Amino acid sequence: MSFHWRWDFTFEIMPRLLWATLNTLMAAGLGYAIAMVLGLGLALAQRSRFRLLTLAVRELVEFIRSTPLVLQIFFVFYVGPQFGIRLSPWVSGMAAIGLHYSAYLSEVYRGGLASVPRGQWEACIALNMTARQTYLRVILPQALPPALAGMGNYLVGILKDTPMLSVIGVAELMQTANAIGSESYRYLEPYTLVGVIFLAISLPVAGLVRLFEIRVRRKLGMR
Amino acid sequence: MEDMSNYPLELTGPDVPMVRFMNVTKSYGALVVLDKLDLDVAPGEMVTIIGPSGSGKTTVLRMLMTLEPINGGVIYVDGQPLTHMPRGGRLVPADARHLRKVRASIGMCFQQFNLFPHMTALQNCMEGPVQVLGLSRAEARARSEELLELVGMIDKKDQHPSRLSGGQQQRVAIARALAMRPKVMLFDEVTSALDPEVIGEVTAVIRKLVAEHNLTMLMVTHQMGFARDISDRICFFFGGRIEEQGPPDVLFGSPRRDRTRQFLSAVKEAI
Amino acid sequence: MSYQDFLQTYAARILNGTAVTAAQFLFASGVAILAALIAGLGKLSANPLIRGPAVVYIEIFRGTSLLVQLYWIFFVLPLFGLTLPKFAAGFLSVGMNVGAYGAELVRGAIQAVPRGQWEAALALNMTPATRMRRVILPQAFLLMLPPWGNLIIELLKGTALVSLISVADLMFQAKQINASTYLSAQSFGTALIVYYILARFVVTPFMRWLERVMAQRLGRT
Repeated sequence: MSFHWRWDFTFEIMPRLLWATLNTLMAAGLGYAIAMVLGLGLALAQRSRFRLLTLAVRELVEFIRSTPLVLQIFFVFYVGPQFGIRLSPWVSGMAAIGLHYSAYLSEVYRGGLASVPRGQWEACIALNMTARQTYLRVILPQALPPALAGMGNYLVGILKDTPMLSVIGVAELMQTANAIGSESYRYLEPYTLVGVIFLAISLPVAGLVRLFEIRVRRKLGMR
Repeated sequence: MEDMSNYPLELTGPDVPMVRFMNVTKSYGALVVLDKLDLDVAPGEMVTIIGPSGSGKTTVLRMLMTLEPINGGVIYVDGQPLTHMPRGGRLVPADARHLRKVRASIGMCFQQFNLFPHMTALQNCMEGPVQVLGLSRAEARARSEELLELVGMIDKKDQHPSRLSGGQQQRVAIARALAMRPKVMLFDEVTSALDPEVIGEVTAVIRKLVAEHNLTMLMVTHQMGFARDISDRICFFFGGRIEEQGPPDVLFGSPRRDRTRQFLSAVKEAI
Repeated sequence: MSYQDFLQTYAARILNGTAVTAAQFLFASGVAILAALIAGLGKLSANPLIRGPAVVYIEIFRGTSLLVQLYWIFFVLPLFGLTLPKFAAGFLSVGMNVGAYGAELVRGAIQAVPRGQWEAALALNMTPATRMRRVILPQAFLLMLPPWGNLIIELLKGTALVSLISVADLMFQAKQINASTYLSAQSFGTALIVYYILARFVVTPFMRWLERVMAQRLGRT
């Protein structure tokens, strides 16, 4: 081992790391897609008239948000086989990370929905709109812009949490860097490169999220 | 449970009112907001509700728009029960479908306008006709533009609400409500959130409606002079009941009840 | 094995792990608060020699993953002659990571203190240091406490990662028990519940209490 940076080694492992970056991006994208849909369900369930459902979902969201993601990943991956259900690392990883972030996104959605004034719901009743029309045409378009900042932050957040998937052997960046390290006994380059790759993705993504937010606001005629 | 057999399944006969409140009660917990209210509004009549705050006047409009459930009694619109529906020869609480059917004949304008901020003035007016009534976009546009013309907002039809003054927003809101072709229009303190200098542009639109259209209207307002000019009847609410009602000249000119006199003189002093 | 038997057998190890998690949490919180204050104030400095490093620290630690930082500090730093025991590497990584997010809270809260307060302090001819210490920071502290409540929960959850460099915390014990018994639901489930109790019934109430006390101190009840 040495602390001298070796460029030849860097170029040798770069293709592998870049390939793994695709997996990281795919994991983040898939996980986020699951979280967006599931989160909407969790948010709407908390607006339901059935108080018991509302309370149960509220508690579930609190539970997911206050326990470590890495532990949830282990839980989902290992508990299945105990009851005879075998899930691949990818499937359990996506389930865990999607569920985790759905709890966060549900809070973002809830905040967005709560920011729509009551008068907007009443105007929809006065125009005799159905619940579906009310949500799709009036409420969601207004709830979305204030939610976008939070949604964007969690998109970056889920990307940065994907290295935890390495603990169950999902072949993303961290797992690949670990593998390179244990094969070559060189950790300086792989771990540093992983950090650089994350910076190179998350900083521009964060910037794009800001731009997107501004554009949507403008498009919906809100300042 | 209230005995529903005293209420007719529908109103028939030569003088069916456009709106009838029959024995309507509304309470929040122990607080009774409206106590066994009976009120008829004839077709084409313009009725204004006045009264101190907390007298339940806004609640009357909100119940009629089905924004608030009622705790007792029945409301009829155009002869049909609104809050209830006939089932097996008696009235049962209305389901969502029935509400949607009967609600179609009612339109409402709010104190805070409640225009949709992500739509232009024209889109606000077309939204209901296209989405709810199923009109073609061309029909809805023609109808909306005609109404925006009526309220004097046709030049601003492509502006979003955030670019309009309060008075302009309220005029668009009136056009939006009219675009649904309601039989009954409700105006809930439509000038209360406006700056004094633009109140006139909104009241002028309502005056025009009264003069040129045969709409049934129910209005809650603090503009006493305006109410006196255009109403067929004034209802003075106090403590969840109608304390006194009558033609404007009678109620404003020679009120019979002490509370009415006190309220009117307090309002006069404030001006 | 019933769940009761499971608890009886492994309660001691779970409690040990919880104690290590608590220690990691406390040390990491100290590091995070210190780093957040220094970097948050640094980012507001007019001097680029102070502002520069603060910005670089914040961007690097916010732009990469805690796990990457942990591995880097534990596996790569020794190559530069800086070998940390795993326990210290654990809470330092977690603390530095959360500190970068905290720095933004510190900066935001200081900037949110009304302008009039800065001007009043200036009118009293206070030095910048006195102004910051006596007038601005106490008010900023109150403003940033609610978001710190969320951040501290993130920190608690972050400590679970130190198990990956073999610090024997709660997560580590759960993994060990699972590896020897294959009772995954029991071992991981119990750990989940303990984390939940710590977050919901210890840390959150403490932060609420702190908010109340600070508000009273500043005469805003």
